[in-house]
Amino acid sequence: MLKYTEDHEWLRAEGDEITVGITAHASEQLGDVVFIELPEEGREVEAGEEIVVIESVKAASDIVAPIAGVITAVNTALADAPGDVNADPLAAWFFRIRPADGADLSGFLDEAAYQALIG
Amino acid sequence: MAEELRRTGLYDLHVARGARMVPFAGWDMPVQYPMGVLGEHLHTRTHAGLFDVSHMGQVLVVPKDGSLRTAALALESLIPADVLGLAEGRQRYGLFTNAASGILDDLMFANRGDHYLLVVNAGCADQDIAHLQMLDAVEVIPVTDRGLLALQGPKAAAVLARLLPEAAGMRFMDSRILGWNGAELWVSRSGYTGEDGFEISVPEAHLADFAETLLAQPEVAPIGLGARDSLRLEAGMPLYGHDMDADVTPAEAALGWSIPKIRRPGGARAGGFPGADTVLAQLAAGPATTRRGLRPEGRAPIREGVPLFAAPEGGDPIGQVSSGGFGPSVGAPIAMACIPADIPDGATIHAELRGKRLPVTVTPLPFITPSYKR
Repeated sequence: MLKYTEDHEWLRAEGDEITVGITAHASEQLGDVVFIELPEEGREVEAGEEIVVIESVKAASDIVAPIAGVITAVNTALADAPGDVNADPLAAWFFRIRPADGADLSGFLDEAAYQALIG
Repeated sequence: MAEELRRTGLYDLHVARGARMVPFAGWDMPVQYPMGVLGEHLHTRTHAGLFDVSHMGQVLVVPKDGSLRTAALALESLIPADVLGLAEGRQRYGLFTNAASGILDDLMFANRGDHYLLVVNAGCADQDIAHLQMLDAVEVIPVTDRGLLALQGPKAAAVLARLLPEAAGMRFMDSRILGWNGAELWVSRSGYTGEDGFEISVPEAHLADFAETLLAQPEVAPIGLGARDSLRLEAGMPLYGHDMDADVTPAEAALGWSIPKIRRPGGARAGGFPGADTVLAQLAAGPATTRRGLRPEGRAPIREGVPLFAAPEGGDPIGQVSSGGFGPSVGAPIAMACIPADIPDGATIHAELRGKRLPVTVTPLPFITPSYKR
């Protein structure tokens, strides 16, 4: 089951890791994505740290780490096909993170709360 | 800043078609439709795109003594172009210069037999009109009861010929008055995309009808300002307020081509426009910096304001990006900037993006080959 952040990321717990992407709402707001810069695997990140740069035809945006931890994988395929973020935002994951304090997603928004957020 | 945004006669059409509206030069304008900027850009390059450019200023300049020559010479006192030599039914590109040799605005002017029709940038229109009103010999009439459309792309001529058969016979930069359903349309074969196409001034009462009729043609999609910007950037066309302004000279903006020999030293009507001495001296000697194309390595766009450096480390900036983004038809990021003129095409300079210096190749403009119907 997906959880969401107020920064329009979706989070999916997979074992002791969390896979992170951006929501359809975010991808619509960004417009056509043309460039993505991903963090290095193995990097330790703080919650709220800007770790992905996403450039659309309109502007540059950042994606933050939703939780403190270590980046265990990045979706390098996105670098060559950034438009996948618009085509299928739920499949176009950005990175996996192993949280420092366990993969507890209970503090994040559920579907209903996220839908309420974006109105 | 609380001033209400102005709406064009096509506001309802934009909203009905799902446009995202944004403020632009005091107007509420469509930046994109559901097709999205990339799709709209590519549609214009392969089919035909319809742009609402009604925010642009349309101005008639009429000689008070009835002699077109009077109006031509009056305009030449503000614009370093050959206005007098422009034949009836033809249009040209020109610049308003200031006393400091900068550019006040760029414009199109058309000879319409007994007067000139000018089209100026939305953000400069009020200032341009005030500037023109300093001319004693002409009456300056802002056109307030018309919208302006641009139909651009390889299918534009075939589409427009269905509605206006005479349009098919027009050449690039021809300007004609054509009738449609009882309305008088002012049509020029020109645009701001690098594609063949037309700009069409339509009376407000017929504007929505005419736009809907064009949009009902299978090749035509509505295109927002987002794609208009990426199309003109690929075509190497400068945007006023970004790639040139009151502090940038014609030579620096790489617009010296718009100043013909007849207005240069030795020409029959040399000089005689604001800033002429400096503008002409700089054209002759070559400017120290000039507007060039840039191709960043990789896929990261470099946007307006990004500083440029000669070396991968250290040194002072040699310029900054004036327009930049992703070029959908180029398939890569592209940009323009005013940089030292002695840097050759093909040279590598560096753009500082998010604290890192990214290699950028200096290239000639435009980035795509225009397909005008000359």
